[in-house]
Amino acid sequence: MTLGRYIARKAGWYLVALVAAVSLNFLLPRLVPGNPVDVIVSNLARGGSITGEQQKAIYEGFVAEFGLDAPLWQQFLTYLGKVFTGDLGTSFANYPASVNDLIGQALPWSIAVQLPAVLIGWIAGNLVGAIAAFRGGNWDRSVFTSALFLSAMPYYCLSILLLYGFAVVAGIFPVGGAYSLGLTPEFSVEFLWDALSYYWLPFLSLVVVFIGGQAVGMRSMAIYELGGDYVNYARAMGIRDGKITQYIFRNAMLPQITGLALAIGTLVGGALITELVFSYPGVGTLLFTAITQNDYPVIQAVTLIITVAVLVANFLVEIAYGVIDPRIRAASAGEK
Amino acid sequence: MSTPNAPVTDEKAAPRANPFRSLNFSGRFWISLVLVLGVILLGLAGYLYPTGPGEKVGSLYDAPGAGLPLGSDNFGHDVLAVLMAGTRTSLIIGLVAGIVATTIGVIVGLVAGYVGGWFEELLMGATNVVLAIPSIIVLILISISLPQSSIWSLAIVIGITSWPWTARAVRAQASSVATREHIDVARLSGARLPGILLRDVLPYILSYIVMAFVLQIAGAILAESSLSMLGLGPSGANSLGIQLHWALAFQAVGGGAWWAFLPPTIVLTLVSFGFLLLQSSLDEVFNPRLRRGKRRQMKQAAARRAEEARQLAEQAASAPAPDTTRAGDPA
Repeated sequence: MTLGRYIARKAGWYLVALVAAVSLNFLLPRLVPGNPVDVIVSNLARGGSITGEQQKAIYEGFVAEFGLDAPLWQQFLTYLGKVFTGDLGTSFANYPASVNDLIGQALPWSIAVQLPAVLIGWIAGNLVGAIAAFRGGNWDRSVFTSALFLSAMPYYCLSILLLYGFAVVAGIFPVGGAYSLGLTPEFSVEFLWDALSYYWLPFLSLVVVFIGGQAVGMRSMAIYELGGDYVNYARAMGIRDGKITQYIFRNAMLPQITGLALAIGTLVGGALITELVFSYPGVGTLLFTAITQNDYPVIQAVTLIITVAVLVANFLVEIAYGVIDPRIRAASAGEK
Repeated sequence: MSTPNAPVTDEKAAPRANPFRSLNFSGRFWISLVLVLGVILLGLAGYLYPTGPGEKVGSLYDAPGAGLPLGSDNFGHDVLAVLMAGTRTSLIIGLVAGIVATTIGVIVGLVAGYVGGWFEELLMGATNVVLAIPSIIVLILISISLPQSSIWSLAIVIGITSWPWTARAVRAQASSVATREHIDVARLSGARLPGILLRDVLPYILSYIVMAFVLQIAGAILAESSLSMLGLGPSGANSLGIQLHWALAFQAVGGGAWWAFLPPTIVLTLVSFGFLLLQSSLDEVFNPRLRRGKRRQMKQAAARRAEEARQLAEQAASAPAPDTTRAGDPA
């Protein structure tokens, strides 16, 4: 199978996943008994924060916006049209604010924490895991057990421990938030320096757990490869250890690329709550606030963006995998 | 190719003195067993503990002291009582969700792996689609759509969203078992599909299923706590995640009330680590290639090899003088 067909095939499956995700995103909140807008508006009214007149305006605005009087398939098309033109709707809780603006403010913070955590964590985790497998003995035992412990630790548990230990007890880092009060986000040295001190703890709690997970995976792959026939053959041929190590590393590395694709999904999910622990103003905190306020458009927008981001990341990883390893292209003809 | 029944009789013909010895449980296994049992006991201890989780026994964040071993939480409830009830809830959710997920996953994986063809393509395509969408997102969407969630509905929802992992692992194993000869024998003797799957395929992959089940339990417990921390937990129940949710909402971390958030954090970590360690040590029992010899055995083997090498060298050195007999029996 050529690379082109491999990519086309993968693209097909990811397109199906995307359609499924968008449909779920559209359908599930509409399963709320009655009309979702009814529920939201009555919830808003119960909060007592808005007057009856505002309530009516909001209600009519939303019914018109979502075309809730139209049949479901038509609503779905309207929804798709809006999503693809980049219009995520209007927030219920912060009424006139558009969801695009809210997301636009939150997204950079999340990306700033998660993207470096994924890249650095993946490289460091694989190195640690490979070294543990090669050296064996006590080194392996201690690295493996601690990596297993870290990878088993939910992201937010480590966040809570780090926050308490380093910020509250030791006072090395500030407690929560992303920048000091009185500063506004801007690209100045002063602001970035200040934001950096808030950045360390959320970043560390993501990257440390991620390193643990990758190291565990890499170690078992490398041990598995160490027992491979080609290793024994190479040894019998008298090839030096350094060269064999190189072969093993390359072979063990490949499954780790798919491991990366799967880990991105869990990391993004974990990062939602890590942000919550540190009150970091990213997508996770936005989602949390939206959930407490029953702000459906914001919830739907956040879930949609996360899903699309994870799908795109997975797709890119799979393409990279296919480019690097020709065997995959050959094998996936039967998708075994 | 040997006759189909030869390996089976071979295995039967070699009885072992103690079947558990051959399983080669590592220290890791016993540690994980202690962790898991400890957490289960903590959950069960709630039935014996005098204070109920809903009883108001103090005020906002009373420090641990007389009568309150772990102080009080933001509602004035006894943290230890809430912790025990929460552990129990989390374990129940993990178990129920694990059973649901494993059942669906095993059925899908077995059928896909055994039947093969377009059916396999379809099932695995669907599985990969579900796998590509982050399950926490689906969980959030379902949770905001359910008007009321109890621990049971939550457990089932978690189970329904987490089966693809198991399905994928089971399918890979089942499709390799499906090519073995005993399947042909079963088919020739007229066994039906469910019978073959249940009696001739399932037993060979049971070890994988057990490991997948253990992982599903841990995953479900963590999924529940993630949802609860986002404020989508079961209503009117205590769970580890809900406990953390309230601790964060009432600024326990910033306020230094460690007794309100450290216990659930530690229990969550231990329960997750315990199950993962259990899975990994079971993996080493079932999959010898992952097993590294015990240190004592490796030392003995190394000593034996060194001794043999020394003898070989002596022999070679003494070869020009053929009158000397062998250097002596191994000690």
